[in-house]
Amino acid sequence: MPKDGGIGASSKRREDVRFLTGAGNYTDDINLRGQAYVHFLRSDVAHGTLDNVDTSAAEGMPGVLKVFTGADFAEVGGIPCGWQVTDRHGEPMQEPPHPVLAQGKVRHVGDPIAAVVAETREQARDAAEAIEVDISDLPTVMDMKDALKDGATKVHDDLTSNLCYDWGFVEENKGAVDEAIKNAAHVTTLELVNNRLVPNAMEPRVAVGDYSRGTDDSTLYTTSQNPHVIRLLMGAFVLGIPEHKLRVVAPDVGGGFGSKIYHYAEEAFCTFAAKKLNRPVKWTCSRSEAFISDAHGRDHVTKIELALDADNNFTAVRTETYANMGAYLSTFAPSIPTWLHGTLMAGNYKTPNIYVNVKAVFTNTVPVDAYRGAGRPEATYQLERVIDKAARELGVDPIELRRQNFVTEFPYATPVAVEYDTGDYNACMDKLLEMIDMSGFDKRLADSKAKGKLRGLGVNCYIEACGIAPSNLVGQLGARAGLYESATVRVNATGGITVMTGSHSHGQGHETSFAQVVADMIGIDESMIEIEHGDTANTPMGMGTYGSRSIAVGGSAMVKATEKIIAKARKIAAHLMEASEADIELKDGQFSVAGTDKSVAWGDVTLAAYVPHNYPLEEIEPGLEETAFYDPANFTYPSGAYACEVEVDPETGKVTIESFAAADDFGNVINPMIVSGQVHGGLAQGIGQALLEQTSYDADGQLLSASYMDYAMPRADDVPFYDVDHSCQTPCTHNPLGVKGCGEAGAIGSPPSVVNAVVDALQRAGHDVTHIDMPLTPSRVWQAMQG
Amino acid sequence: MYAFEIERPSTVADAVALLKQSDENQALGGGQTLIPTLKQRLAAPEVLVCLSGIDEIKGVCTDDDGRICIGGGTTHGEVAAGSGAYPALVWMAENIGDPAVRNRGTIGGSLANNDPSACYPAAVLASGATVVTNEREIAADDFFDGMFATALNEGEIITEVKFPVPEKANYQKFEQPASRFALVGVFVAKFADGVRVAVTGASEEGVFRWTEAEEALNGNFSASALDGLSVPADGMISDLHGSGAYRAHLVAVMTRRAVEAA
Amino acid sequence: MAQVKMTVNGKPASGEVEGRTLLVDFIRDTLGLTGTHVGCDTSQCGACVVHVDGKAVKACSMFAAEAEGTEVTTIEGMAAEDGTMTPVQKAFQEFHGLQCGFCTPGMVMSAEAMLKDNPSPTEAEVREYLKGNICRCTGYHNIVKAILAASGQDVSNIAAE
Repeated sequence: MPKDGGIGASSKRREDVRFLTGAGNYTDDINLRGQAYVHFLRSDVAHGTLDNVDTSAAEGMPGVLKVFTGADFAEVGGIPCGWQVTDRHGEPMQEPPHPVLAQGKVRHVGDPIAAVVAETREQARDAAEAIEVDISDLPTVMDMKDALKDGATKVHDDLTSNLCYDWGFVEENKGAVDEAIKNAAHVTTLELVNNRLVPNAMEPRVAVGDYSRGTDDSTLYTTSQNPHVIRLLMGAFVLGIPEHKLRVVAPDVGGGFGSKIYHYAEEAFCTFAAKKLNRPVKWTCSRSEAFISDAHGRDHVTKIELALDADNNFTAVRTETYANMGAYLSTFAPSIPTWLHGTLMAGNYKTPNIYVNVKAVFTNTVPVDAYRGAGRPEATYQLERVIDKAARELGVDPIELRRQNFVTEFPYATPVAVEYDTGDYNACMDKLLEMIDMSGFDKRLADSKAKGKLRGLGVNCYIEACGIAPSNLVGQLGARAGLYESATVRVNATGGITVMTGSHSHGQGHETSFAQVVADMIGIDESMIEIEHGDTANTPMGMGTYGSRSIAVGGSAMVKATEKIIAKARKIAAHLMEASEADIELKDGQFSVAGTDKSVAWGDVTLAAYVPHNYPLEEIEPGLEETAFYDPANFTYPSGAYACEVEVDPETGKVTIESFAAADDFGNVINPMIVSGQVHGGLAQGIGQALLEQTSYDADGQLLSASYMDYAMPRADDVPFYDVDHSCQTPCTHNPLGVKGCGEAGAIGSPPSVVNAVVDALQRAGHDVTHIDMPLTPSRVWQAMQG
Repeated sequence: MYAFEIERPSTVADAVALLKQSDENQALGGGQTLIPTLKQRLAAPEVLVCLSGIDEIKGVCTDDDGRICIGGGTTHGEVAAGSGAYPALVWMAENIGDPAVRNRGTIGGSLANNDPSACYPAAVLASGATVVTNEREIAADDFFDGMFATALNEGEIITEVKFPVPEKANYQKFEQPASRFALVGVFVAKFADGVRVAVTGASEEGVFRWTEAEEALNGNFSASALDGLSVPADGMISDLHGSGAYRAHLVAVMTRRAVEAA
Repeated sequence: MAQVKMTVNGKPASGEVEGRTLLVDFIRDTLGLTGTHVGCDTSQCGACVVHVDGKAVKACSMFAAEAEGTEVTTIEGMAAEDGTMTPVQKAFQEFHGLQCGFCTPGMVMSAEAMLKDNPSPTEAEVREYLKGNICRCTGYHNIVKAILAASGQDVSNIAAE
């Protein structure tokens, strides 16, 4: 029976009414009195020396308040990187400066050179066109392997090369891995590209800076997944504004998928310029501008080797990956191909020897950082593709090959330094096989053939790591931040509750699901709870939402704070009923004395807390408000098994997704409806990566897929109805809700099954095709079939 | 966008007069291509002469010769709704862009722009339609003049397009995955006096007639007549969505499918 | 600058606009109706869909001056005066057809127009009609389901959770 409310109920989302009636409050909906507008003049060449930037004509244009260039930011810090990776030799990564506005050189198409603030948007743009820029073109650095050759042009002149770091993980394992591969009965090798993606949250980024001379307070309204992080990075590292003089507000945010984690130059600019000009300054990114200024995702080139013994047991995995950093280090960029990728290379399998090598490379492209899944999709894709290829080479069933090598006992310590607390990979696979009607495949294949189409089925597993933690560990790994989360639970006198969370919702439905948790704990109606997020002025210091961490980490903080509330309320109730605290029970919002008919309602207790006429003032303070910070003991490890069935038109190469099934283990589930929705969205993004989304640069560094005219976003007719299930539940052992996180799974798990399915279809039709690089566009599939 | 004035004339004559006032004045049809172009500041008109208020160039009717006559200011949606006697034309119109685009974009605007991946040029050329302007009538074969170029003079407005209705016809569109324009589109129309095959999306020269296919189909209007025929990959568009060879291949595939479906 | 007058959500609306002022900018900036969104600059994402004289159009691809004398309906004009949502709006909530909400106004306006033209669309017709509305969050599953449900069709056989 579905529940009506509380944990496990598919409560309808309360945020929907405002979004459905046009009453949302997104950053671009915020317009401040006296607001001016900024337009950024961006480089149209990928690499060059800035010989001269002449702003004199622009300054005299109508409506222009000021034209800023790199020189205006000479006294200001650059955009900081939040993670320092240490290389194979114990040396810190190379970390170039990242100025707010270009200084001396431009390094990618889209690099901001100057900024015009004017009375209107169009005046700012008109004046930007009047800025005269002399750039001496330099050779472009586009291909990662070429970038590392001796004598290659350097993206950053002050660095020794274009190599950010050469990372080995676990370096001590390398000898054993090499030995295992040498002694293997079979080694399957696969070289592949994990294609660069443009995140494309539907709401483009917006920043509105505001400043009050009267109080010397700065405020930034921004499209962010983590306003506190922006406040800290921008305040402490860029502009030198202490937190108590800086407020960052991220109101309704229209999707993020990682791209709104980072601190961007435009945020610092608007905050800086608002103070300089004593006017609010607004920037609204156009979609065309987003393509060349939002951090991109993925962009790995990998060689993976899988070694097996004579019984088809996996004995070793060795990988070499080139990871594109782009022209500058975005906030979390260095951690993605390392700690979020290397640590996942065991996948669902008990492979004893694993070595991961990652070379991070600077190129003249837009910076690359986390995009939905961040590192885990790259790990999953290469591992699940090479396993499929191995099964085909060995002539064994790819599902059985996986099952044979599954980790089955937990906790399990992998050779790549993480410990899986729980999981049941066979259960997910069993569930998946129930869902996909494997026995009917031959009939479906025959039906496709009759229509002149090829058909294939691809299956894969995934494991991922959510809620990256604990802080002391990530500190050792190079994080320049903690990764806890916070919550303040404020109970009002009449019993209603306001929860202020450090998590941030930009589509995830926290206002609904977080309320379900608190309602469930106290036994009151969800409508009595309000969730506040996104404003540093009224929420405790929190790290925000990414890495599927909100319910696992933010939810846990909220549980801890609510437990404190209940503990105090219990004391008050005991006093009101003149009973012993130990005898007080809380059920359905009623405190009662065990074994008696005495009870007081939740509202009586909360009223007593704020009108403490009959109250144990000598023991406890009045009021009912608690804050908790939660720092997890470990990552959580969601896992799953996915299957995709495709049809391929052999004449055109067009792939059609006929069905997609996903069996996930997210541990306990708070709101099944929301969880399914998260999986649906992830699947579409994974299918988009696998079939559609192609970020293409030419040799001169021009982005060819720079609008929706050339960058194919998944549309409604590109995808089917999905079949998703999350009934396999092995609860997380180390957080109070037993939850694992569900935000990224779909995007992590889906690309390999799509590609496996297409390769299956082609091989069934007799084509000697073992791999096609994503996206599997019609032309690429057709080309592969031509041999 | 650069600044410009908008004029909304209600007659063709007034529109033409406005366009002739200055070389910098430009006509605005449905705006579905021109407005994005203006946003990129790739055009800088002084005056945009908006044609959407001119009732005399809207609507679909049939003339005495049985031709479907479509006003230049008729939207794709209205073409689809009003051209029932020519099902291939209906299908083509109702598969341009998306519903909201089809409620604004016009046949005249599309033809005057002559995007090399647009659908209308293929329909007009395969149908041997006549493009009527405020100055003259232009045969389809004389109208298209390479990518984004047509026979239209400055200040000349498409007032009507007259489509003879073929015995059989079909349009096959293989969509570019992002823009949903034609990566390759082939319109095949069989008339009593011959078959016409027009290809859009493929060639660097814009829409073209595939005369070898026409000749083969004139003798035998069946897919098998096309066996062994292909267009050369040379001169085909090559971009991130497909090579010239791929497009050339698709031309043959789409032509065959169009014949089979006609 | 010129004066334009139109009816927006049943009420007279007017303002000074430049030639280059888009209908969406007039709606958002002049009228302060910020429910209509802008998600791209190439007429593709559909976040800005409104109804002009009853037809769905992209308000980012029409000038305010062209809307002179028309009846415009935006997302703010869909629910009843007392706040009661339309069947389409209700179905989007019931079936979780939205997440971040940014594409939602355009989706709803397209869905409303679709069901006016085709009161009982098939799944394929719904997907086809939504070609011009991009959503990055939902994977479209629940949007399609919500629209089918809003049309009165039984959606209980469509995989749910």
